[in-house]
Amino acid sequence: MVVPKIKVENLNAWFGKKHVLKNINMEIKENTVTAIIGPSGCGKTTFLRCLNRMHEIIPGARVSGKVIFNGINIYDKGVDPVIIRKKIGMVFQKPNPFPMMSIYDNVAIGLKLNGVRDKKALDTAVRQSLELVNLWDEVKDDLNRSGANLSGGQQQRLCIARALAVEPEVLLMDEPCSALDPISTAKIEALIRRLTENYTIVIVTHNIQQAARISDYTAFFYLGELIEYGPTKQIFENPKHELTRKYIMGEFG
Amino acid sequence: MRNPLRTTHFFYKLNTQYSSPLKWHITGDSLLKIISALFASSVLLFLGLMVYELVNGSWLSIQTFGLNFLIGTKWDPAISQVFGALPLILGTTVTSVIALLISVPISLGIGLALSEYMPKKFGFAISFLVELLAAVPSVIYGLWGIYVLIPFLRDHVYLYLRTFFGFIPIFSGPIYGGGFLTASIVLAIMVIPTISSILRDLFSAVPNSLREAMIALGATKWETVKAVVSYARSGVIGAVILGFGRAVGETMAVTMIIGNKFQVWPSSLFDAWYTMSAIIANELLEATYDLYVSALINIALVLLFVTLVINILSRLIVWRSIRLVRGIVKE
Amino acid sequence: MRKLDHYKFRVFKDHIMRFLVYLSLVLVLIPLFSILYEVVKRGISVISLDFFIKPTPTVGEEGGIANAIQGTFITIGLASLIGVPIGLMSGIFLSEYNEHKLSVIVRFFNDVLSGIPSIVIGVFIYTLIVRSIGFSVIAAAFALAIIMIPIVTRTTEEALKLVPLSLREAAIALGLPRWKIIPTIVLRSARKTVVTGILLSIARIAGESAPILVTMGYWRWWFAGLDRPVANLALNVFIFATSPFESWRALAWGSALVLILIILGINIAVRIIMREKSW
Repeated sequence: MVVPKIKVENLNAWFGKKHVLKNINMEIKENTVTAIIGPSGCGKTTFLRCLNRMHEIIPGARVSGKVIFNGINIYDKGVDPVIIRKKIGMVFQKPNPFPMMSIYDNVAIGLKLNGVRDKKALDTAVRQSLELVNLWDEVKDDLNRSGANLSGGQQQRLCIARALAVEPEVLLMDEPCSALDPISTAKIEALIRRLTENYTIVIVTHNIQQAARISDYTAFFYLGELIEYGPTKQIFENPKHELTRKYIMGEFG
Repeated sequence: MRNPLRTTHFFYKLNTQYSSPLKWHITGDSLLKIISALFASSVLLFLGLMVYELVNGSWLSIQTFGLNFLIGTKWDPAISQVFGALPLILGTTVTSVIALLISVPISLGIGLALSEYMPKKFGFAISFLVELLAAVPSVIYGLWGIYVLIPFLRDHVYLYLRTFFGFIPIFSGPIYGGGFLTASIVLAIMVIPTISSILRDLFSAVPNSLREAMIALGATKWETVKAVVSYARSGVIGAVILGFGRAVGETMAVTMIIGNKFQVWPSSLFDAWYTMSAIIANELLEATYDLYVSALINIALVLLFVTLVINILSRLIVWRSIRLVRGIVKE
Repeated sequence: MRKLDHYKFRVFKDHIMRFLVYLSLVLVLIPLFSILYEVVKRGISVISLDFFIKPTPTVGEEGGIANAIQGTFITIGLASLIGVPIGLMSGIFLSEYNEHKLSVIVRFFNDVLSGIPSIVIGVFIYTLIVRSIGFSVIAAAFALAIIMIPIVTRTTEEALKLVPLSLREAAIALGLPRWKIIPTIVLRSARKTVVTGILLSIARIAGESAPILVTMGYWRWWFAGLDRPVANLALNVFIFATSPFESWRALAWGSALVLILIILGINIAVRIIMREKSW
C-alpha cells in the first residue's frame, strides 16, 4: 500500500459564520493528478486553499480538522505555514505574474527572497523551471522584459514556472485554464501530465472534460461536501452517486 | 526520471522540518509588525507630547491669569505686563466665519460641478487646478493679497461700497485696503480646496439609485442634486467644520493682510484686526521675558485645543457619514 | 395653465442653478490664474543670473536668493530624512495590519494631526527643541517632518491598499513570509503612488513659513551647521514683501517665483507619474 502524499481528515472550513466545507476526508496519492470538480460555490477552491493554508489569510476565515502532508499535520501548532506553502505551491485562476518584475525575476524571486544569492544557481533554476514549462525557447531572449507583456497562456506557464522554482512537492492549481484560449489550454494540460513524473498535482476545474482528460483521480464536491471520490475512469463511467452522474451528464450546474 | 529541480541542491537547504528551525519567519513577521506599529504610534506620541509641551509652556500664563486670559481685552507686554486674548479670539472667529460664508456656497458649487454636472474627464483637469490652489503657499497668498487683491478691492469694491452704503456703520470709516474683510476673502480662497474636495468625494459616494429615483419622478437636474446634497448633509456639515479648522489656524497670509491691530471689535468691515496665529508669528521671536513667551504659548494652546476639538468632531462626522452613505449602497 | 407655469419656473430655476454651479468654478479659477500670472510676471522681471548665485544682500547691496535656495533644500532634505521613514512605516502598518485595533486609533489621530495648524506645530517644536538647543535648522526640520508625516502615512496606506490581492496571494503561495513580501512585492508594486505621496508632502512643506519663522527665525547667511538657522525661500517672501527698498521687494517676488515653480513642478510631475500607472 502506498502512503498518501496528503491525507485530509475531518476538514471543515468557514467564512465568518458560513460553513463552506463540511467534514471532508480524502487521500491524495503521490505523483498523480487529482481533479476537484463541482458546481460553482461548492467549496472546491476553498478546499484547495485549505491544503496549503491559504484559506486562513482571508480575514474571518477559519479551518478545523487535519491535513496530513508527509506525515505531519500542517495545522499543528508550531508548523510554519510559510514553509508549508514552499512545499505545496499554488497556481491561480487568473495568471498573476508580478507586473513590475522581469520574466527572470518573476521566476527567481522565490529563491532570491529565500536567500539564494549565487547568480549561477539562480540562472540554472530559472532556466530549468522555464524549460520544464516549455517557455524557455519562447522567452530566452526577453528575460529582462516585463512578464506582463506575455500572452495569457505564456503568463500562466510563467506562473507555473515561478511556483516550480521554489521546489515544491505538491502543486495546487485553481482553474488554471479558465482564462485561456483552447491552444494555451492544451499546452498546459500536456504540461500537467508531464509534471506528474515528479509532482503531485491537485487541480480544481469547472471543465468536466478537462478533468476526464488529465486526471487520475476525481473528487466531486457539492454544497461543501465531498460526494464521491475515486479513480477518474470509475467516476466518469460508473458513478456511484446520483448527484455525480447528473453533474457529469451536464444536467445541472 | 529524477526531478531535475531537486538535484540542484545548492539552492537552499531543504528543510525536512516544517516548523521554522530558527523561528526566523515568525520573528521576522512579528518584528515588522512591532517596528511598524512603533512608527505608527509616533503620531500618538507627537500629539501627546504637543499637548504636554504647550500646557507646560503656558503654565506661567495660566497661573498668572487663569481664565481671565480668555476674556481679558488688554495685551500690554511693555508696561503692565497684562495679557488677555479675547480680541484675538474674536478676530480669529469672525474672520473664519466670514471666510466660510464666502467659501461654502462656492465649494458646494465646485463639489457639485465635479460630481454631478461635469463629465469625468474634464472634471479631472478642474480637480487638478483646485488642488493646485491648495498647494499655493500661504506666504504667496499674502504677497498676492498685498500687491494685487488689496489694491483691487480698495479701488474697485470698497470705495463703491462706502459711497453707496456708507450710511450703514459697517461700510463707513477709513479704507486701508487690508483689514479683516480682505483677510477673510483670502482665507475663503484658501479653504475652498479643502471643503470642495471633501464634498466632491462625499457626493460621489451617494448611490446612483437615488439620482435615478429622482429622475424617474420627473425631477429636474437641480431637484435631483438637491436630493443628493440632503442625502449627504451630515458630511457637508463635517466638511464645513473642517474648513473652519483650516481657517482658524491659517497664519502667514492673514498676518500679512489683516493689519495686526489689537482691538476688541473693529469699527467697520474695512478696519484692521488681529488673530491668534498672527500674534504668535509676529511676537514670539521678540518676546523678551518669560511671562510674555508663556502668554504666546498659551495662545498656541488655545489654538491647539480649538483645532483638536474641531478636527475630532468633523472627522467623526465625515467618517460616519461616508460610511453611512457607503453602507446603504451595500444593502 | 397654472401647472405649466409651475413647470416653467422649475426649469428656470434649474438653469439658474446650473449657471451658479459653473460660476463657482470660474470664481475659484480667477484667483489661481491671477496668482500664477502675477508671481510669474513680477518674478521674472527681477531675476537674473546674479539673483541665483548671490546670498541675501545687506542695505545698499545687490544680492540674491542663493542662500535661501540652499537653506530650503537642506531643511526639506532633513525633514524628509525624519518624516519619510516614519510616514512609510506608519502607512505600511495601517494598510497591512488593517484589522489591528491600533490601526483604527492611529488612522484617526493621523487625520487629526494633519488638521493641526502649522504654527501650533512650530510653537510645539519651539518649546521642545528651540528652548534647549536654540533656533536651528534641525528644529525646523522636525517641525516640517511632523507636518509631512500624516501626508506620507495616508498616501502610503492608500497606495498599498490598491495593490491587488492576487499579487499578494501569488507571493504567499511561493512560501514567502510577510516581512519579505511587504518590502519587495507590495511596496515595489505600489512604488509610484508611494513616491507621489512623498513628493506631494515635500511640495507642501516647501511652502511652509509659519513653523520656519518660530523655529529658525530669519537668517541672511549661508548654511553654518545643523545647530544654526538657514535662510528660507518662503520666509524671504514674508520678510521682504513689505520692505521699503525696491531691490528687497524683488527678493520677495523672486523667491515666490522659485517656490511656485518648485511646487508647480512637483504637482505636474506627480500627474505625469500617475498617468503611467500600471493599474
